[in-house]
Amino acid sequence: MTNKIEPKRRNFLFTATYTIGAVGLGAAVWPLVDQMNPDASVKALSTTEVDVSSIEPGKEITVLWRGKPIFIKRRTEKEISEAAKVNLKDLKDPEKDSDRAKNPEWLVMIGVCTHLGCVPLKNKGEYKGWFCPCHGSHYDTSGRIRKGPAPTNLEIPKYEFVDNNTIKIG
Amino acid sequence: MSEEKYVPKTKLAEWFDSRLPLLSLSHHLKSYPTPKNLNYWWTFGGILTFCLITQIVTGIILAMHYVAHTEHAFASIEHIMRDVNYGWLMRYVHSNGASMFFLAVYIHIFRGLYFGSYKAPREMIWIIGLAIYLLMMATAFMGYVLPWGQMSFWGATVITNLFSAIPLIGESVTNWLWGGFSVDNPTLNRFYSLHYLLPFLTFGLVILHIWSLHIPGNNNPVGIDVKKGSNETMPFHPYMVMKDLTALLAFLLLFFAFVFFLPDFLGHPDNYIPADPLITPAHIVPEWYLLPFYAILRAIPSKLGGVIFMFASIFVLVGLPWLDSSKVRSATFRPIYKKFFWVLVITVILLGYLGAKPPEGIYLILARIGTAYYFIHFLILLPLLGRYEKTDPLPMSISDPVLDKPGALDKFKEMAGKYEGENVGTFK
Repeated sequence: MTNKIEPKRRNFLFTATYTIGAVGLGAAVWPLVDQMNPDASVKALSTTEVDVSSIEPGKEITVLWRGKPIFIKRRTEKEISEAAKVNLKDLKDPEKDSDRAKNPEWLVMIGVCTHLGCVPLKNKGEYKGWFCPCHGSHYDTSGRIRKGPAPTNLEIPKYEFVDNNTIKIG
Repeated sequence: MSEEKYVPKTKLAEWFDSRLPLLSLSHHLKSYPTPKNLNYWWTFGGILTFCLITQIVTGIILAMHYVAHTEHAFASIEHIMRDVNYGWLMRYVHSNGASMFFLAVYIHIFRGLYFGSYKAPREMIWIIGLAIYLLMMATAFMGYVLPWGQMSFWGATVITNLFSAIPLIGESVTNWLWGGFSVDNPTLNRFYSLHYLLPFLTFGLVILHIWSLHIPGNNNPVGIDVKKGSNETMPFHPYMVMKDLTALLAFLLLFFAFVFFLPDFLGHPDNYIPADPLITPAHIVPEWYLLPFYAILRAIPSKLGGVIFMFASIFVLVGLPWLDSSKVRSATFRPIYKKFFWVLVITVILLGYLGAKPPEGIYLILARIGTAYYFIHFLILLPLLGRYEKTDPLPMSISDPVLDKPGALDKFKEMAGKYEGENVGTFK
């Protein structure tokens, strides 16, 4: 009888020990891994306010937010109408222009190509929007991907109009 | 010549060796039997060891003067170049040394491909070698980021963004790699830390690489097993040591021709512009040794697909010992494989050329053909050749291809006759 119980008890103790050991090891390793994630000082720089009063229609400025370029473009009537009349079926990543620009005159985007992170050039490419020189992605006047390897449209950051002349990003 | 066991000559040596057998190890390394027909393609292992040690020594010296901070990194490199005594030499040896390291490793890998050195019983040598190659690429990539020039910054951005192609967790992974929301100071710091660490891991793997080599012994140009304990092998020292040193000297001529006369030829001029996160250079190119993979990345018209194919192009090599099922090792006796081997060499060089060109028009089409061929070679041609190729008859001994040539024996007798009376003795 005891001979039969002994190994079972041992097996249980071994398994329990391995399990606790694995949990403990995981808990000990996590700080070693997590230290590489964005730290408090990086996260603290999470909002930027931009004065846009001096931007004329058709012009664009680039500001830095969390180390990334943000394109703020004051679009012309022509650019807005071009962006609005595109058929969603022609898009790789279908998104209405009105969903991308809260105020159609102002387009605020993260200026980072969704392919491999280069900064696209303005007023270039086959769709008169942006063109990424690295691997040839073309974006339209709404910053939507039209041609090339990028999988998605230029990302829209979280932003709001604090007043008529100020945009708060983040 | 076979390997004799080490016999300590003194009491002290016996005392020491029985406690820590370093003398036995040293004896083994000297008397290690090598096939007598090894050609100069076999000298690149020694050259690569030299390259690794050179990179470690110059790297440790550069680390004494370099500052890993986005505000100071670029200036500290210029400080090394202009102010530090011989700093220019250390940096140019280190930066060109990386290129020379890759040049040698590519010759070493293609030598293995030609002579079938990856085949049984040498699979472990091959796989450890590939791990070394991966570590080399990671180390070289991170090293290129440290000067914090435009190519450093944008190269780092493009390569780390490869991981954003992973579904669901891609963005968290890239933020974790960066330590932020873009390539920035935390990224530079950790790359510096890892750039210092990885060469020592590589060194450890090199020891395993050589250890796993010393179990079956060297392959050779004929590709048949040598008879250990026969006159088919020679002790590593002094024969191979001298041959390796001769090759190393020739290699150093090329190495230092670059260091002294064309130190920036292999680099990109844009890396002498400080990093600017707002302006992407018109044309981002990696260092030359990574170009074939960059061409594969861009040849696939999908972000995730490009990344998968690029990594697959390296990992497919791990399966090579099993994909190539031919029992004959050396391409010398494989008439069809030999032709495809050279097609592969040309394809890889072509992909390298295309990796430096913009991905459009004819360049893109050729890159796609090259990528397709690369995978067809390993995944389709090699298994088929292993089954259907009619190989040439193998010689019985590694001496035969030399001695079987008409008149070869007479020539040897004549040569030996010239030395008669010196130290050689009678040639039989």
